Amino acid sequence: MSGMNKQGRPTSFAESGAGAERTTFTGNKGLELEEPLIFERDTPGACGVDFDEPEGYQPKLGKLERKDRIGLPGLSEPEVVRHFVRLSSKNYSIDAGLYPLGSCTMKHNPRINEKMARLPGFGDVHPLQPEQTVQGAMELIDTLAHWLKTLTGLPAVAMSPKAGAHGELCGMMAIRAAIEAKGEGEQRRRVLVPESAHGTNPATAALLGYKVDTINGDGNGRVDLEALREKLGPDVAAIMLTNPNTCGLFERDIIEIAKAVHEAGAYFYCDGANFNAIVGRVRPGDLGVDAMHINLHKTFSTPHGGGGPGAGPVVFSEALAPFVPLPYVVQKDGVYDLIETEDEAKADGTTPFGRMTAFHGQMGMFVRALAYMMSHGSDGLRQVAEDSVLNANYVLASLKDVMSASYEGPCMHEALFDDRFLKGTGVETLDFAKAMIDEGYHPMTMYFPLVVHGALLIEPTETESKQGIDLFIATLRDLVAATGSNDKERFTGAPHFAPRGRLDETAAARKPILRWQPEMPAQAAD
Amino acid sequence: MSDIRFTDQHEWVRVEGDVATIGISNYAQEQLGDVVFVELPETGKTLAAGDEAAVVESVKAASEVYAPVSGEVVEVNGALEDEPGGVNEDAMGNGWFVKLKLSDTSELDKLMDEAAYKEFCDGLD
Amino acid sequence: MRYLPLTDTDRQEMLGVIGAKSVDELFRDVPEAARRDGLVDLPKRQGELEVERALSKMAAKNVAAGDVPFFVGAGAYRHHVPASVDHLIQRSEFLTSYTPYQPEVTQGTLQYLFEFQTQVAMLTGMEVANASMYDGSTACGEAVLMANRVTKRKKAVLSGTLHPQYAGVVHNLAEFADFALETMPPVMPGAAEDIISRITDETSCVVVQTPGFFGELADLTPIAEAAHAKGALLVAVVPEIVSLGLVTPPGDMGADIVVGEGQSLGNGLNFGGPYVGLFATKQKYLRQMPGRLCGETLDSDGKRGFVLTLSTREQHIRREKATSNICTNSGLCCLAFTIHLSLLGEEGYTRLARINHANAVKLAEKLDAIDGVDVLNEAFFNEFTLRLQAPAKKVVDALADKGVLGGVPASRLIHGDPSVEKLLVVASTEINTDADRDAYAQALAETMKEVL
Repeated sequence: MSGMNKQGRPTSFAESGAGAERTTFTGNKGLELEEPLIFERDTPGACGVDFDEPEGYQPKLGKLERKDRIGLPGLSEPEVVRHFVRLSSKNYSIDAGLYPLGSCTMKHNPRINEKMARLPGFGDVHPLQPEQTVQGAMELIDTLAHWLKTLTGLPAVAMSPKAGAHGELCGMMAIRAAIEAKGEGEQRRRVLVPESAHGTNPATAALLGYKVDTINGDGNGRVDLEALREKLGPDVAAIMLTNPNTCGLFERDIIEIAKAVHEAGAYFYCDGANFNAIVGRVRPGDLGVDAMHINLHKTFSTPHGGGGPGAGPVVFSEALAPFVPLPYVVQKDGVYDLIETEDEAKADGTTPFGRMTAFHGQMGMFVRALAYMMSHGSDGLRQVAEDSVLNANYVLASLKDVMSASYEGPCMHEALFDDRFLKGTGVETLDFAKAMIDEGYHPMTMYFPLVVHGALLIEPTETESKQGIDLFIATLRDLVAATGSNDKERFTGAPHFAPRGRLDETAAARKPILRWQPEMPAQAAD
Repeated sequence: MSDIRFTDQHEWVRVEGDVATIGISNYAQEQLGDVVFVELPETGKTLAAGDEAAVVESVKAASEVYAPVSGEVVEVNGALEDEPGGVNEDAMGNGWFVKLKLSDTSELDKLMDEAAYKEFCDGLD
Repeated sequence: MRYLPLTDTDRQEMLGVIGAKSVDELFRDVPEAARRDGLVDLPKRQGELEVERALSKMAAKNVAAGDVPFFVGAGAYRHHVPASVDHLIQRSEFLTSYTPYQPEVTQGTLQYLFEFQTQVAMLTGMEVANASMYDGSTACGEAVLMANRVTKRKKAVLSGTLHPQYAGVVHNLAEFADFALETMPPVMPGAAEDIISRITDETSCVVVQTPGFFGELADLTPIAEAAHAKGALLVAVVPEIVSLGLVTPPGDMGADIVVGEGQSLGNGLNFGGPYVGLFATKQKYLRQMPGRLCGETLDSDGKRGFVLTLSTREQHIRREKATSNICTNSGLCCLAFTIHLSLLGEEGYTRLARINHANAVKLAEKLDAIDGVDVLNEAFFNEFTLRLQAPAKKVVDALADKGVLGGVPASRLIHGDPSVEKLLVVASTEINTDADRDAYAQALAETMKEVL
């Protein structure tokens, strides 16, 4: 290894001139334990389950019996448990500390939600059981649907999308279906996306064959209404807009934007990633939104689980409601019915555009989200929005004298800074973020949104206490002060105290190693 | 070298006879950082000026390389597929991407010379 | 509210620092017409006890699979998940961590994703696998889109063995992403499907499921050869991942992309989700793959570590040119898969597969002996199809009344096709006992007498 990271500067202690560290024989450091790959723990003959070999049957596999060994390692249960417990100790988590990832809404995940999702009546029910045996499951879906529709002020919801981006796909499909139903499918081929949008927005529009047209901002973190008006025309299918937007600001002109879009015969898709800031206080239906996905793992606290699973129900306006995909739940006289076929849908008066996934959506996430909503109630959810906005503004107000705030407040649920405050220090956004790891914090979102240079986007969420936020603010102020000192290595060599130093992403991408191979020499903990 | 020309998208083109060699500028490779992957066109493909000729990727970014001039691809720098870092090491020389058989030499006149390009880059910082 | 730490005193102090008189002032950018003063029309906050009571009541209205003799499959399977799996995935450090964008403090997630990718590649007989998709059906849709990119063609052929709802997902994509589809009619167990004659120079891929929707096993080798001869890819779909403990993996039969549903390992039925989509392919197609990938590298001290890699394929960098719009994976479900498979190991996984097969064979023999009931399959793993002398839906409802969940009527998933009306798809896994089989056979025999 060259000892240089992708920024081209030394990252190891030795090469960067920091003091030599005492090492241990094992590579472990007290409670911080090294752990090889599970494949390197193979003890042939060991097994973590007890099964008897089946007897008294004649195999009926045709000629398709597997011939070769697979190569899976053998381990007893305690070895497997220890392996994964040791791996877990290398992760930061919201349960352990403030996780200020902007746009990600890392809030407390109540355990009652986990308990409810594991009730056998929810967790141990098959999606294709006869409908009379799953009335309670459909009741739960219908109840959650009611909460989502009420909170957004929109009349319909598609529950099956598996995650936010899948919800975007669903929403944009409904929009295209509605356009085609009006006979304008050939004509409307352009989708407008602000430059600050999440990457999923243009990716989704492109998947549906739309030409993505970028709308410039107004220079103050919001969409330029006049620039938008100029882009609108008879060939525009939709606008995809996040609100509150990715700069953490509420789009003040949102009602005029929706009006202009509708007057042009196009639809308004809202990316609902930031619904947390307004839940219970503002209904997207009152803003003119036609479709919006809701990330249950953000606003409604289903756990992020290291990257999934998510859930992305999509609410729809009256104009798009007839096109909701299959399947969906209806209730009549207290009996729940799953609409699974086009014929059933026709009888129900809808014309679904198709199907997003097998089965009915992320039931496990629905249970968690509903438990969360019921716990808060209408009053608690409104307080969620208020406290998340209050916390973010408190961070903004407490840091703007030392860090460069990109825009004037008030912000919504997240505060955006750029790297002007680092100018001339030799420290970059990435270094600053990595130094936060050494102080025991997960970094904020970096380099997003793309509209400001070296972005640092902080979303504290409503589940952080004032005491916790004060400590966070004090830490960031200390770090900012340190950028001006001679101790640049604190940043450029960071993290110094994490389970791993900076990783060589260039090497990983140039010669990808994506799986363990038996012939690979074991080179675990040194 | 006087026969080198640049685009405002940071491609360079150098002409010898009727063959134009194309690459990305030193400024561009510095902005990209460590190049990890290069996707090259097939030889024999005809490109118009402004068409996508190649893709160059760093860890966190991917950029299209556009043909500064029109022509048929006669050779690609296959060495970059195994050692994409060659773009960083010698962007203006061994890190070239494709060679085109020129179809219209007058297109060169629309491009910047070295001095104009330097001024252009200075204006970007 | 128990999850909200701020007190009114805190709020007042914070507003003072901000320089705002009230929280309302912070919402001043919201247009007046959209500001809501009162509460939305929903119930107010409830304590944990009340929430638990209300939801438990709802849950109790369902028949849980574990409470009855249970034989339902068709894309989701009930297996025994060892207790340590659920214990481990509920550890805070796994459950409440984000996507591992900061690798220095998420090596736990990254390492298990690397182990997951390795396991999926091993089981399917492929070279590389990604860090999972939403589920089997959406993975199937992504596979077709990828085959279109690789071959630069726009026409896929779907076998009649494919799960009808998976086919539905692909149909939906075809309509909106503008590619052509040829869909073969349902193929009955034992019957041959002439899919090879449908492959042309314009075909991007052939999509075949193994075991098929009706449970039948088939050799994919001739289809792979025919596809490759025309420059097309073979996409193999594996709905029951336990099958690969006993059955030849698609990679050994020439598949170019293997997708599957990984729910059977580590994950419960959950009324349809969350599940875990598996996606594996050949190294040479790596850059056309959708979804997250985890790779091995070294840190600044030369220690082995893991990072998300080849991200330039993904939407957050490539935007409208990304290979897919997918952003999440099924993180925690992958973890459950990986822990369960680690507990099983080679010995446990292959034996589990044999137990599944043995139970299905024993059940098939028992049911085949009933009047008015015929088993159609020649070769199968843990799922087979019955032809009944009565509409299958009617029979399944009658069985449910007798406390047996007996399978999925084919007509539930294949609509408007009278030829499948009397077909019942039945699955049996390691959870079934002799007593379950006896209960099923008795209930089915009684039901057939009643309906005939």
